[in-house]
Amino acid sequence: MFQDNGLRRRWWLYLILSVALIVVVTPFVWMVLGAFKTSSELRKVPPTWLPENPTLENFTSLFSRLSFDTYFLNSTLVAVAVTVGNLLFCSMVGYALAMLNFRGKKLVFGLIMATLMIPGVVTFVPLFVLVANMGLVNTLPGLILPFLVGPFGVFLMRQFIMGLPKDLVEAARIDGAGELKIFARIILPLLGPAMATLGILTFLGSWNNFLWPLVVAQTNDTYTLPVALALYSTGQNQTEYGLLMAGATVVVLPVLVVFLIFQRRFIQGIATTGIK
Amino acid sequence: MSTPTAATTPQEAAVPTRTSRTGGARLEERAGWLLTLPFLLLFVVFTAWPVIQSVFFSFTDIRNKDLRTPFAVDFVWFEQYAKAFADPIFRQAAFNTGYFVVVGVPLTIIVALAAAIALNSGISRFRAFFRLGFYTPVITSIVAVAVVWRFLLHPDSGLVNTVLGWVGIDGPNWLGSTTWSMPSLIAMAVWRNFGTGMIIFLAGLQAVPTQLLEASAIDGANAWQRFLNVVLPIIRPTVLFVMVTTTIGYLQFFEEPFVMTKGGPLNSTISASMYTYQQFSFGNYGFAAALSYLIFIVIAIITAIQFKFLSEKGD
Repeated sequence: MFQDNGLRRRWWLYLILSVALIVVVTPFVWMVLGAFKTSSELRKVPPTWLPENPTLENFTSLFSRLSFDTYFLNSTLVAVAVTVGNLLFCSMVGYALAMLNFRGKKLVFGLIMATLMIPGVVTFVPLFVLVANMGLVNTLPGLILPFLVGPFGVFLMRQFIMGLPKDLVEAARIDGAGELKIFARIILPLLGPAMATLGILTFLGSWNNFLWPLVVAQTNDTYTLPVALALYSTGQNQTEYGLLMAGATVVVLPVLVVFLIFQRRFIQGIATTGIK
Repeated sequence: MSTPTAATTPQEAAVPTRTSRTGGARLEERAGWLLTLPFLLLFVVFTAWPVIQSVFFSFTDIRNKDLRTPFAVDFVWFEQYAKAFADPIFRQAAFNTGYFVVVGVPLTIIVALAAAIALNSGISRFRAFFRLGFYTPVITSIVAVAVVWRFLLHPDSGLVNTVLGWVGIDGPNWLGSTTWSMPSLIAMAVWRNFGTGMIIFLAGLQAVPTQLLEASAIDGANAWQRFLNVVLPIIRPTVLFVMVTTTIGYLQFFEEPFVMTKGGPLNSTISASMYTYQQFSFGNYGFAAALSYLIFIVIAIITAIQFKFLSEKGD
């Protein structure tokens, strides 16, 4: 921002940023290192930094004793289904709202926008009653269906599609292409950046979602990773810290990898759409 | 953000030319609904209907046992709301939520802005690296965060008190003390959330013209004066945007106390959302619905005030 800085000033800046970075990432480093320590080492006072006797036992226990493979699979299935659903349905509506005229369009858009600001806690009670009445408590569809579409995705898609040149659509219409064909052949291929932003945000949101799975998943076979981790981290007579650190690492690593791969697009998307 | 005022549709003008073609408008109408219908079905069932139904629930005494016959329950009108206002735990929860917002929101914004300015200040190398590092807490599951932070804040073997010990400070039992439990959760929330604001501020800072900064530097303005008089006015909309979204998020303060303290010790960290969840899990659905609407009303009022503030300054 301030262009007149000399080397001396930059030196300070790097120092401050480095110290800040260490503070910010210490919990992660601590967590990952802790996952390789034994439980007794984790209880040591003062704490150790590097594992004295590095062990993979915590990770193997997660999968042998606590069926983390099931939770991992559940988390993945739910996140993928929710992401695909949002990308597909929201882009369809986004196109209709941005490029087409149909009766009731304003009503549909108004309805979607009105719910955008309502916090999740408001729909929580009736949604649970609904899902319970449908017999979907403790099922994967019960975890997926309420999140398959959302107002935010529509808003993002509509805004993005409105920025596309309308001539493209008009030209295709003159060539006699139907609206569905225009959507599939012309609009969809142009939605790359919007799809990337919405896709990553939806995936992260679903992967880290905690409250709804906590209520709906009630037995081992439907737990997602955060639910399983939360349940194991509390209410145990003897807390096994090593296991928890390994579990926390398993929860974080996949999204960290996804983020590392897509970070440029992701950060640009967040900056331009301005959302969390 | 996403105000309903953005709903204007510039393509209305296209209608006359379309109707003149053979059935074009009718085809467009059909396509419009065809594309909207799958979304709308799911959206109405799982979002819109529950929103409406929760109003109904908040006026009833529906409980766990009434689950199969949600419309056969008794109407108690405002009884649940009255109960909420008289409930000392809910009052404590409302106070804690206010504490969290009043301290947490400004702290988060200051840290986010400071990080964004530092990253934007002629750091050419390693910028992406720092940005990524600062952003990682945002993408982390709250449960993983809780596991690590509970460990870091452990009174004896925790890293925080160990480091404090090096400089001769005898650290408190952070999460076990009614005085320090909230500050601990706020610190954790700032750590976890400032990355979001930082990214948005970085985008906002791109809009500040460098010539303007150079000119004011030549005129003898120091860094602080330049920030206050040049940068801040230009990024004000961004600041307010981050303020509004952070406030909305923090008013729903739930996950941190839920996974860290269960609301304790002695209800010192219980939040309005968490109390709502608790009542829900006890099966008091009517009461929980009333509480959730109270939270929503507060969010709506505060958001409206912030938006009014945003438009009044004439952007």
